Parts: sequence; C-alpha cells; structure tokens
Amino acid sequence: MAAATDPRPWTPDQPIVQLIDVHKSFGTLEVLKGVSFDVKKGEVICIIGPSGSGKSTLIRCINALVPVTSGTILVENIEVADPKLDKLALRRKVGMVFQQYNLFPHKTALQNVMMAPIHVLHQDKGEVEERARALMKKVRLTGKEDSYPGELSGGQQQRVAIARSLAMRPDIMLFDEVTAALDPETVKEVLFTIRELAEDGMTCLLVTHEMNFARDVADHIYFTDHGVIVEHGPPASFFSAPSDPRTREFLSQVL
Amino acid sequence: MDVIPAWFKDLYETTGLNFTVFYDPYDWHRYVDGVRMTVLLTVSTILASLLIGAVGALLQSAPSRIVRGAVNGFVVLFRNTPPLVQIFFFYFGIGAVLPAGQDQFGLRQPFIDNVEWAIIALSLFAGAFNVEIFRSGVEAVPKTTVEAAEALGYTRLKAYVYVILPLALRVCLPALNNNLVNLLKTTTLAYAIAVPETLYAVKQIWSESQNVFEMMLVLFVTYGILVGILVWIMHRWEKSLRIPGYGR
Repeated sequence: MAAATDPRPWTPDQPIVQLIDVHKSFGTLEVLKGVSFDVKKGEVICIIGPSGSGKSTLIRCINALVPVTSGTILVENIEVADPKLDKLALRRKVGMVFQQYNLFPHKTALQNVMMAPIHVLHQDKGEVEERARALMKKVRLTGKEDSYPGELSGGQQQRVAIARSLAMRPDIMLFDEVTAALDPETVKEVLFTIRELAEDGMTCLLVTHEMNFARDVADHIYFTDHGVIVEHGPPASFFSAPSDPRTREFLSQVL
Repeated sequence: MDVIPAWFKDLYETTGLNFTVFYDPYDWHRYVDGVRMTVLLTVSTILASLLIGAVGALLQSAPSRIVRGAVNGFVVLFRNTPPLVQIFFFYFGIGAVLPAGQDQFGLRQPFIDNVEWAIIALSLFAGAFNVEIFRSGVEAVPKTTVEAAEALGYTRLKAYVYVILPLALRVCLPALNNNLVNLLKTTTLAYAIAVPETLYAVKQIWSESQNVFEMMLVLFVTYGILVGILVWIMHRWEKSLRIPGYGR
C-alpha cells in the first residue's frame, strides 16, 4: 500500500511544480477557479494581477500553507493535496519569503538563518553556522549577524528572510509580494538579491507588482484576475502585445 | 554574634515587646524552618504551575476537541473554586481514599504527605491561571510569524517551543508576575493541613509566648521581603528577555 502513495521519482526533465485545475474556496468565496500551469527547473515565474485576484493564495497552496479545495499540485511529484502529505518533506524543497518578512524577533539575524536547519533538520550546529555566515554574505549583510530584526531596515530584514529560507537548501523559492512593504530605495537591494538567485539557477515563483523586474528577470509571466489565469507568455510578448483586454487595462494602469 | 539576641532581650525587658524568635534559639529554628518550607512550597509550585500553564496553553490550540475541552474544564474547575477548598479536597478527600502503607507501629502512613498534597493543590490552582495568562501571550504572537515557522518545516510543537512560547512569555510576563506573587502568599493556606510553613511556625510561637502582635509584625516583614525577592527576580528575568529594537 505504501508504494502506491510514494511519488514517482522525479527527474529534472519533468516539471518541478505542476498545477492541474486547482480550485480554492474560502467559505462561499471562490478564490481560485481552476488554475493550471507547469514550472520547469530553473525557471523564474512571475505572477501578476490586480489585488484580490488570488495570486498570494495560489503560491501559498504550493507549500501547503493553504489547503486546496480540489485539483492537483505536484512539487517534484509530491502530491501537496494528499491528506497524508509529509509536510516536512515538501517544505524542505520549497522555501518561502513573505511580504512582512516574518523574522523571529527574539533571535539575531544569524540565529534566524540557523534555527530551522538545527531544529527541523537536526544538522550539525558548526556546519550550519558556516553556511549561515556564507548566506549572510551572499545577501550582503556581513556585519549584521548579531543584530536583531528590530534593529534592521525593512530591506535588510527581507534579505535575512531570504537567507533564512535558503539555509534549508530548497529547490524552489516562493516570493509573496516581498517588496510590497518596502520603501523604494530598499526595494532595489531585495530585487538584486532575488535576481542573483535566479541567475544561480534557483527555480523562483514570484507574486509581484514590480513590472520592470518581472520583465527583466522572468522566463514566463502569468496574469491572474478573479481566480483564473487570463493570459500568460514570455515577458517580451506579454508586455508588448497583450491580447486580453483585462491584461491591457491592468498594464495601462501599472506601467 | 550575641549582639542581636542581647538587644532583643533588652528590648523585651525595657519595653515588653517580645520578639522571641530573635533571642530564643528554639523559636529561631522553628521560624527559619518555616521560612524554608515557604520557599520550598513557593519554588516548587511556581515551577510546576509554569509547566502546567505552558502545556495547557499549547493544548488549548490542539486539533482535538476533546483535548481542548479538557483543558478548559480544568481551568474552570480550578479557577472557580477556593484554593483552601482544593487543598482540603486533595488532602482529606483524595488522600483518604488512596491506598496507604503502615509504619512500624501499625499506623496509617499515606504515600503522599501533607507537604506534597499542598504542592500538588497549589500548583494546579496557580497553573489554571497560568494557562489563561499564557494564552493571552500566545494570542498576541502574529499568525504570520507562526506561518513563517511552518513554512520552514516546523511542526506545531516545535513552533510552539522555539517561536511562539518565547514570544508569548515576553507579552504575558507582567500578568504572570502578579499571579506568582499571589501564589507565594497563597502558600500560607498549607497551614490548614499542618504544613510547617512560616505562618504555621509563627502561630505556634505566639501561642506559646503570647506575643501575637510582635509575631504578626515578623510575619508581615517576612512575606514583604519574600515577595520583594520574587518581584526582583521576575524583573531581572523580564529585563534579560528584552529584545533590542522590539517593543518598548
């Protein structure tokens, strides 16, 4: 019986994330009305759309923070909607960064990065610390290791949050409007970090309002409205020649 | 060394104020043993009631309805009844029906003595309040912070231990402070089942020496100092938990 629920072994030529007809309702409110798409390893996907179109719910479903109502989500062939889902196995593969950073305020920046590998994966403390210091350097926060989140700017906190997520060595990173709470100068430093990650080959799914960033970095853009994907395509054609009137209207307002 | 006893003896002879505990070695030992017992009761019930509070607040958010109901039932039961009645219930009620051994003279020798019953009863009493106090702290932890822990693979229990509880504690410490001060003072109720704590010892002294007024003063000062020490420790703890750049 156990073999039946085991995922097929995943190989990098298969989609790393696969959504098939995903529906999600909160009570009587249907937020996602049948969303399907594939993400290949190393791809950078940007999901854009008006507020309340279900973007955040969509990526929260991918790491099972929000359970789907119906449909299938496969992450490296792990069925996310499986009631017997091993959440730890899923969350080791999928890192997530939030709009409000959500750092642990009682721990220093370095401790924030080190906590999960030690508590959740029981990895060796010395080895984790070495990795955490390297990650702090990667997000350009060398020297801030011993600062508490409350002593850091929003942009710095968000980069600690990215390092914290990377410390779990995920295969996929989810970014949920990670620059929406930042002031304009600090948006750049966070986007720079994400861009570097993307260039390193990390699979990234971003919900974002940063259109220029999406145009530069994304391999594929999805535009959602009222719980469905209205239009999608590579950034060049998506931004220059949107075909759906809703996309055109949205782009005319934000660009 | 003899300056203090001599002074109090002199005080008695000149003014009639009879502080026997400070010049009579026998009374002094009774008094010190009483204070020791009060400290023992206080420390053990504080630790046990904190544990009850922390575990209870975790179980209050358990997925099982039965578990949540049991915790709430426990809180209602121990919060809505007087602590003295609870002590009597455990010592005279439950203690009497539990099996007991016999000592060498064939007398009934209960396995749980009056000191232990006092610790159990007071821990449960203060623990019920601590559950609610911890809950107020747990509810103040932003849901998004817990979500971040979940996204990193933390289980419910691990998120509680490493993220929720440390943050909740900082919020509820002032309320906790109050309850623990009350708990220290409530240990005097153990007097009623003959636990030789401070009140019990001092009462014995004044019935023999007829110095109620003087011993009352000793009692007030003793508890004033004990509570002062507890409050000082709690403030030190509060200070050490303060996070730079967080809250005030």
